[in-house]
Amino acid sequence: MKLAYYPGCTLKTKARNLEESALAGLRELGVEFIELDQWNCCGAVYSLATDDLIHQVAPLRNLIRVQQEECDAVFTLCSQCYNTLARANVRVNENAEDLKTLNTFMDEEPDYGGSVTVMHFLTLLRDVVGWDKLKSAVKKPLKGLKVAPTYGCSLIRPDPVAITPNNTPVIMAEFLEAVGAEPVQSPDSNTCCGSFQALGNPDAALETSGRILRSAQKAGAQALVLSCPMCDYNLGRRQPAIVEKYEEINEMPVYYFTQLLAVALGLEADVCRFDLNSPEKDGNTLTAAAV
Amino acid sequence: MPISSRDIDKSFQNKVEEIASADFRRCMQCGQCTGMCPVVEQMDFTPRQIMHLIQFGQFERVSQARSYWTCAACHSCMVNCPRDIDIPQVMEAMRLLVLRDNEDQVHPNKLSPEQLREMPQIAFVSGFRKLTA
Repeated sequence: MKLAYYPGCTLKTKARNLEESALAGLRELGVEFIELDQWNCCGAVYSLATDDLIHQVAPLRNLIRVQQEECDAVFTLCSQCYNTLARANVRVNENAEDLKTLNTFMDEEPDYGGSVTVMHFLTLLRDVVGWDKLKSAVKKPLKGLKVAPTYGCSLIRPDPVAITPNNTPVIMAEFLEAVGAEPVQSPDSNTCCGSFQALGNPDAALETSGRILRSAQKAGAQALVLSCPMCDYNLGRRQPAIVEKYEEINEMPVYYFTQLLAVALGLEADVCRFDLNSPEKDGNTLTAAAV
Repeated sequence: MPISSRDIDKSFQNKVEEIASADFRRCMQCGQCTGMCPVVEQMDFTPRQIMHLIQFGQFERVSQARSYWTCAACHSCMVNCPRDIDIPQVMEAMRLLVLRDNEDQVHPNKLSPEQLREMPQIAFVSGFRKLTA
């Protein structure tokens, strides 16, 4: 299978800690891929309107780029990019009329045939690398580190694009076990962080993100792990405001799961980019666990 | 407030159906959506109430509601709906009915310097996509 990597806008700017740790980890695991050299923003959220197709042009154009590189599959690191590309792909595969309209509209592009598989990095680790191979590649298991997986929405909803079941998500816990950490089950692992309401209704985002942190803390987690720059903003960058508002919530490190991957594989600190994390910019909780 | 069949604004219901293929008529008012919604405490009408008001074609009341401007399109309601209704699509239809009249809900020039500095690009793109015309 020939693999393409679609970065998306945030990976090249605010979420370099997600990208650099993931790609270094993937190279260490010996997975070959090409990074798309031409791509555009996917739109960040899937358009839910059925009467308008214009918002499907952006994701579809990216899938055409993958097709032009003669790749069978594309993977993303950002959960929102995954959701937007995967849902657009499902839509045009289920609705030939939509695909025809979009192909006609983008008459300067080759037609999209619908055959590209859209994957998230976690799916790639599970299905292409495999947990056993990952386990055997681990040099510094994250022994005793209690981590609460945070799936958010985009990886697990709706069902046709879910990478693990919405009500019983396991993929990130499986990943954590593979890198030697201890997954902690929190009842809010599949709760939304408030997403773009950080813009529209910041109080709502603060409240639901507070719930995620409170549940993880109650479950005994030392850190949260996630895959989405939007969740990272609401749970990490905005954490000082959450801790200030709810006195029962203590500060908790928030990491991208790919940073755990890089540490466990024994990669150099410069690819982990903890300097971009919030609140813990030195990654001490994580690196202290790696033995 | 008594509602007679004459009060049902059918053209409003038709518009919702045009934007969202989700069938709001199938809703049996069980409230599962409201139970699953992570931001319901910030809403003036619960998702179940919004569905009910649309079933009764109450355009005036639904159009004044803030609920769909608080919805984060997280799809928790949908995946747990026993009638398999795409409720986020209905919320999107309500947003679009307003936005297509050019009524922005957030204004880029009113964002704080801290928001502009700290927020990831996907926050701006997704927020503007869902909350501006």
